[in-house]
Amino acid sequence: MGALETIYRTPVGRGLARRTGLADPPVLRRGRVLPSGPVALGELADGGVVRQALALLDVRVIDPIPDVPENRTRDDKGRDLPPAYQDSLGALVIDATGVREITHLEGVRALLRPAMKGLERSGRIIIVGMAASAVEGLEARAVAQALDGINRTVGRELRGGSTSNLLRLEAGTSADDLAASLWFLLQGRSAFVDGQTITVAPRKPGDPVGGTPDREHPFTGRVVVVTGAARGIGAAIARTFARDGATVVAVDVPASGDALARVANEIGGSALQLDITRPEAGARIAGHVVTRHGADTPIWAMVHNAGITRDKLLANLDEARWAAVLDVNLAAELRINEVLLDPGLPGGLADNSRIVGIASTSGIAGNKGQANYSASKAGVMGLVWAMKEELVGRPITVNAVAPGFIETEMTAAIPFAQREVFRRTNSLSQGGQPVDVAETIAWLCDPANGGVNGQVVRVCGQNLVGA
Amino acid sequence: MAAATVRTAVIVGGNRIPFAKVGGPYAPASNQDMLTAALDGLVARFGLAGQQLGEVAGGAVLKHTRDFNLTREAVLGSALSPHTPAVDLQQACGTGLEAVIYVANKIALGQITTGVAGGVDSASDAPIVVTEGLRRALLRANRAKRPLDRVKALASIRPRDLAPVPPAVVEARTGLSMGESQAITTRKWGITREAQDELAAASHTNLARAWSEGFFDDLVTPYLGVTRDTPLRPDTTVEKLAALRTVFGRGDDATMTAGNSTPLTDGAALVLLAEEGEARARNWPVLARLVDAEVGASDYVTGAEDLLLAPTHALPRLLARQGLTLADFDLVEVHEAFASTVLANLAAWEQAGLGVVDRTRLNVNGSSLAAGHPFAATGGRIVATLAKLLHDRGPGSKGLISICAAGGQGVTAILEAM
Repeated sequence: MGALETIYRTPVGRGLARRTGLADPPVLRRGRVLPSGPVALGELADGGVVRQALALLDVRVIDPIPDVPENRTRDDKGRDLPPAYQDSLGALVIDATGVREITHLEGVRALLRPAMKGLERSGRIIIVGMAASAVEGLEARAVAQALDGINRTVGRELRGGSTSNLLRLEAGTSADDLAASLWFLLQGRSAFVDGQTITVAPRKPGDPVGGTPDREHPFTGRVVVVTGAARGIGAAIARTFARDGATVVAVDVPASGDALARVANEIGGSALQLDITRPEAGARIAGHVVTRHGADTPIWAMVHNAGITRDKLLANLDEARWAAVLDVNLAAELRINEVLLDPGLPGGLADNSRIVGIASTSGIAGNKGQANYSASKAGVMGLVWAMKEELVGRPITVNAVAPGFIETEMTAAIPFAQREVFRRTNSLSQGGQPVDVAETIAWLCDPANGGVNGQVVRVCGQNLVGA
Repeated sequence: MAAATVRTAVIVGGNRIPFAKVGGPYAPASNQDMLTAALDGLVARFGLAGQQLGEVAGGAVLKHTRDFNLTREAVLGSALSPHTPAVDLQQACGTGLEAVIYVANKIALGQITTGVAGGVDSASDAPIVVTEGLRRALLRANRAKRPLDRVKALASIRPRDLAPVPPAVVEARTGLSMGESQAITTRKWGITREAQDELAAASHTNLARAWSEGFFDDLVTPYLGVTRDTPLRPDTTVEKLAALRTVFGRGDDATMTAGNSTPLTDGAALVLLAEEGEARARNWPVLARLVDAEVGASDYVTGAEDLLLAPTHALPRLLARQGLTLADFDLVEVHEAFASTVLANLAAWEQAGLGVVDRTRLNVNGSSLAAGHPFAATGGRIVATLAKLLHDRGPGSKGLISICAAGGQGVTAILEAM
């Protein structure tokens, strides 16, 4: 810890920081925890699908109080005051799926205004609209995109760890398809997902919800493979899947085998020491799954978390640093997927399964000194979009998360002042935790979540970079 | 006993920590620490956390008195179910292999269906013993009922009694160290310096190749920041070894150097075994079965025979019982206590009419000269390595293991790939 950081952490230092505007960041609600206050559901025009989805989740809703003239009061100086909720709201969910006209957007404003100061800490705004491709006409499509601008601004304006996200529905999306995403966004699991727009589509044939699944342990009886699982974000991913019932195969390079063994034993999984860049890596993973967890238990989810950085300005970047990063972060993922997607391969991906990659805000926005890393991470995004098309006939979803500034051993090495800037330049005024990335990946892999496919979801607290 | 059929005991896999030279990175680690680490790595590799296994058999050659339950304590400190029983065995450098034989025999008799076997040794954390005079005086004082008797007992301690007795690997009956004993054998069998250095160089070359090929990716788990055997010198050559001065034997014809002798080493190694049906039901890898084993002993005290050539007694009996000759083995693993031990054993086997070992089949992925030799851990290292090598060659491949041990004993065993 440097001198500056030491001073910053003293009471005097914190006091000074507060006076200069660096307020203490809010403590975020995390885990499988719903908001404590009531959930208000505002429905505009003809919706209905959101109400159905919340009913599936057994979430009781209250009526919202829109900011319309008859609800306003006047203060003693005669000024109009917007209506206020009696108790702090846990969440406001807006069903805007029927909104087609610019004038309908007023309804969104009217619902949002009282909520902006009426939310509890770590409260939630969730706007559900239609995808532009799912509506007819120029105005309706423009309006669909207008919701995105509203959502991003709400995210920026909210305080106290509250977040705002937009779910865009493709045509035919049912309450069943939507429920897993609403559940995730309402719960503390989505703590560091803010200002994002996520498209939900009808699940593919052969990707069933499966009756009434155990919503808290959706991965019971399922094998999940996580690469780079020895430490940091990968270890958090392994732990999160195990918490939710999965049998985890924890993969990492042989040199990290001792840390890997600790993670695997802690969560009752198995450890596979493997250099994922070896040509036989995919076959080794499948062989391990068969010989540890049985030939009848194919892989439910493959999480390609392993990644490296070899940062240099392009002016100093040689071919070895270039190749190493692209091979580990992108090429290995392609090769392993190709092997595991072979239908009927014992220990390969199940016919109905999930694949998740790790992109990065560096891949979206570029980053000085990270041409190789940005190439690999943008490549992961390209791979997600391409695989969505490639796998159109198979009930397999492919998604990626793009973490922003996450508190890990790796980011702890960044100089303090720079690190503090990274932390503060998002809507939640703090870095994310590894578990925030893990929870988002687990949601993408949820058996109930067949509706989110081909997406790159940022876990960045609405970072300014690449937004 | 009602069991009428003998079951097949198979090697499922193994795990060891990288071996490290004495006084190196494992110096702060105890035998229990290292054995627990090796066990946890094995548990993780096979996803056994919280599970109850039939038995864990292990041991150490250099043991503290507090380690009377070493293996059981390692189980309790590991991720295995505390309901997993454990036993300590000891047969000098044969400990690890003898533990494998013990577990395989229990499996063969149907007493257990799964088990772990191996061993650990720390030359760094060796016990330091007090002198007999001090020990007896302290015991007398402890027994004393009256204060005066206690004072008398303690007063009997002489200054020379207070000097610690350093640990040494010395044969109790000859007073000779292992190296000194082997120097006699080396001279007697006319093993040349060149042949020893050649064998040592091959051990390093082969082990280095195996590491770089990733052969140990599923056999070794790093420990305390060590990711590869520290005695290994990938760039060593016969020429470099020829430049070393001799350390064992006297006179101009001494041939044994630090380069062609195994260094004192810290480490632990374990093997997972199971009854074949159990292994197949669990979908576990079935690498090889333990076919048979035999222990022999030599009359080295009189000087009539050699301390480390006892495998020559075991091997004829083992081969005769199985109807095999040395030519029937695809791979042969002879523990490299010293390069000259291997060469003298091969010469003795040839003289005994057992045939010649094809050198291209000998210790193909290196052995103790390059990996090091934490006494009780060597058996587990060799069994896991050989089982994997045989499995890679295909079903029916046969392998022979020979390990010499202090006390003039030799443990031999046959594996066959499934």
